[in-house]
Amino acid sequence: MQKDIDVYQYLRHEKKFPLIWCAGCGNGIVLGSMLRAVDSLKISKDRVAMVSGIGCSGRTSTYVDFNTLHTTHGRALSFATGLKFARPELTTLVVMGDGDGLSIGGNHFIHAARRNIDLTAFIYNNNIYGMTGGQVSPTTPGGKIASTAPMGNIENNFDTIKVAEACGATFVARGTTYDADALDEIIAIGIQHKGFSVIEVLTPCPTIYGRYNRLGSAVDMLKSQLDDTIPLEQAKNMSAEELQGKTLTGIFVNEDKREFCEEYEKLVQRAQKK
Amino acid sequence: MEAKLLMGNEAVAEGALAGGVNFFAGYPITPSNEIGEIMSRRLPGAGGKFIQMEDEIASMGCIIGASISGCKTMTATSGPGFSLMQENLGFAAMTEVPCVVVNVMRGGPSTGMPTLPSQGDIQQARWGTHGDHPIIALCPSTVREVFDLTITSLNFAEQYRTPVVLLMDEVIGHLREKVVLPQVESIEIANRTQPTCPPEWYRPFEDNKSGVPLMASFGDGYRYHITGLTHDEMGFPTTKKDEVTALNHRLHRKIRQAFEDIMLYETFLMEDATAVIVAYGCVMRSAKSAALELRQQGKKVGLIKLTTLWPFPRIALENMPEQVQEIFVPEMNMGQIYREVTRVNQGKLRVRKITKVDGELITPDEIIRGIKREGADSAKRY
Amino acid sequence: MTQQYELRLAGLGGQGLILAGIIVAEAAGIYDGKFVAQTQAYGAAARGGFSRSDVIVSDEEINYPKARELDLLLAMSQDAYEENLPLLKPEGTLIVDSTYVSEIADAHVYAIPFTRIARETFGRENVANIISLGSITQIVPYVSEEAMARAVERRVPARFLELNKKAFQAGKEAARDAIHKSALQDEVQDEI
Repeated sequence: MQKDIDVYQYLRHEKKFPLIWCAGCGNGIVLGSMLRAVDSLKISKDRVAMVSGIGCSGRTSTYVDFNTLHTTHGRALSFATGLKFARPELTTLVVMGDGDGLSIGGNHFIHAARRNIDLTAFIYNNNIYGMTGGQVSPTTPGGKIASTAPMGNIENNFDTIKVAEACGATFVARGTTYDADALDEIIAIGIQHKGFSVIEVLTPCPTIYGRYNRLGSAVDMLKSQLDDTIPLEQAKNMSAEELQGKTLTGIFVNEDKREFCEEYEKLVQRAQKK
Repeated sequence: MEAKLLMGNEAVAEGALAGGVNFFAGYPITPSNEIGEIMSRRLPGAGGKFIQMEDEIASMGCIIGASISGCKTMTATSGPGFSLMQENLGFAAMTEVPCVVVNVMRGGPSTGMPTLPSQGDIQQARWGTHGDHPIIALCPSTVREVFDLTITSLNFAEQYRTPVVLLMDEVIGHLREKVVLPQVESIEIANRTQPTCPPEWYRPFEDNKSGVPLMASFGDGYRYHITGLTHDEMGFPTTKKDEVTALNHRLHRKIRQAFEDIMLYETFLMEDATAVIVAYGCVMRSAKSAALELRQQGKKVGLIKLTTLWPFPRIALENMPEQVQEIFVPEMNMGQIYREVTRVNQGKLRVRKITKVDGELITPDEIIRGIKREGADSAKRY
Repeated sequence: MTQQYELRLAGLGGQGLILAGIIVAEAAGIYDGKFVAQTQAYGAAARGGFSRSDVIVSDEEINYPKARELDLLLAMSQDAYEENLPLLKPEGTLIVDSTYVSEIADAHVYAIPFTRIARETFGRENVANIISLGSITQIVPYVSEEAMARAVERRVPARFLELNKKAFQAGKEAARDAIHKSALQDEVQDEI
């Protein structure tokens, strides 16, 4: 994939920059990957819609020169379902955070996956509610500190991949902001996939999550992504002991199953024949 | 057209289809279910879209998304579902996305009485979501009027780029009457005004005389931003005082300056009336019976039927004949429109409420008794 | 003077009374050309709870759409009979399904075993509602027989049309017997 694309053609750079993300935040890296993936697929900007929720990730839609819809907290998938169902020809990217997509928006996540509607859903996972000041999220690991878990998180956390898989998502992948090259590829495949695609991206939040948990600088956090993750192919040859405490990355699910908009089209044909 | 036996909820669906709805999202809830069921049968054949969502929050989000893509959209629900829709309803008001929400009111509060009527959600329709925005809400009293007002709701939504609430109640929703529907060709249909300028000139939330910005559909080449955050003319978030004020004022102005168009009401027997009943929805029917009966007893009673509930049709009360001395407001709640009537009346006339909240339609006799009990010429004088 | 009649069909969920009410309303409204208002009430259970369907038939526009004083009560269960009898006008007509309503205080009643006829003649209880509609046309004049027959034809599923036509006919015949019995009863009453 071409790496040195002209990102400015995809950004509302004259209008809305500088962006609101903190220095060291991984969200910009995800945005870069997303734009490279769209560019590689040669999709016209008019044909791309981006729907986002509320939180740091939600602001992504402000910056890109697509048809962009910044919705309510947790509800991005429901708006995107309406938008996509009404205009199936639009490539629809849905951007959510871990709290946004999996906590308040958990029900929509479950059912969008079950329905297998052709959306590409991004979960920017920074393990915390960043914008509101660092509250504990459904992906905050046990024991970690958050502003509402000052003595450490006593709850268990979600594994986004397992949730998505169990709910019927037909493309499920995880990438990191450390390995942006791999992320570019994952996103390009995810967008092309016909059906509900879930792409979880591990993205560091040095300002809040890192500070609360003494994880070092932004660079340290990126480096620990390298140390803490193992690509799926590599993991195949590793023992359970070696994989202890590691997070797997790559494409976990990529299967064909009937897609909602296409099935509805068939239903319309049947209804109109009658 | 031939006469048909039609249920109120069926008339919503017929009105929706005649009014151009081509996208419906909903979630099951009594007593509104027939609406979604009919739409699921009828829309595919008409080339439209139907989807049952996972809840009412999603239903509301879904119709907003579809409306932004250019569809004419509707959802239908009842009290608990209407409560869940409020946040996204506010989003539609803020982002000026046309859509119609039908609320077939049932007994409340909370789960209340799912199969029995009430008029408990009148103030919720006005103030249910946070922030401060206007809303349009219409309320039918007959099955034929359900059909007409469904179309009017769709038209208002498109003309003024606003969510419109059609406030039904269980009585009207499940009442079957003989109706003759108008010829399709004779139905007036309004559509949102779309931009025709080159995309680079398009200012998606730019003010104009009507206060209603031109609306481009996603996918039509006008790439722009929509956000529930307070935004500038280009649709981007802003906290600049002048831009924030301009947006908030415009949202109110576009509805306020169209008052004459939006405020629908009817009057009966008003010429010589000294007492007036103000009623709406199913209760209007009982009120009409009561007025006719009281007239036979020699009491000069008139009736104002409110069709638009929000914005509150104050002109209906301001244009009251001089001889009117007292107003009675029968309602199936504890006095939600009574509150508005007293506000507009400003102490000029004697205003009394007649309430009933037991899950049954207030009867003409109950209204008559209420008027005799509360009226100025009753034994109980203050 | 306005001619307005209030009819109530009451019984249990599953007896098809909502459909019966719709058919009555359609017959009177569409085919007889009257004004009609049809409403219903039922419990939360889909089968076995209470169920009732009210139809107002009038030659003028109907304002208040619910039944208050009944001109006709069709009671298809003992509970429905007991609950609704107080609403029946003194000169009103009472028809009961004698399969289920056995304890009747009122001497002036048309007792017809709708459900038993349905079971024994047609092998299925769910046509009892249509049988009762056939009977209604013979007992009270609010809805014409022709209109009711047309409404039945329009509202029942096509594949059950013949069955329902026969059921309607059976209802008419059963009513004639009941009318005869009722007349005899009246004579007895008079003699006493």
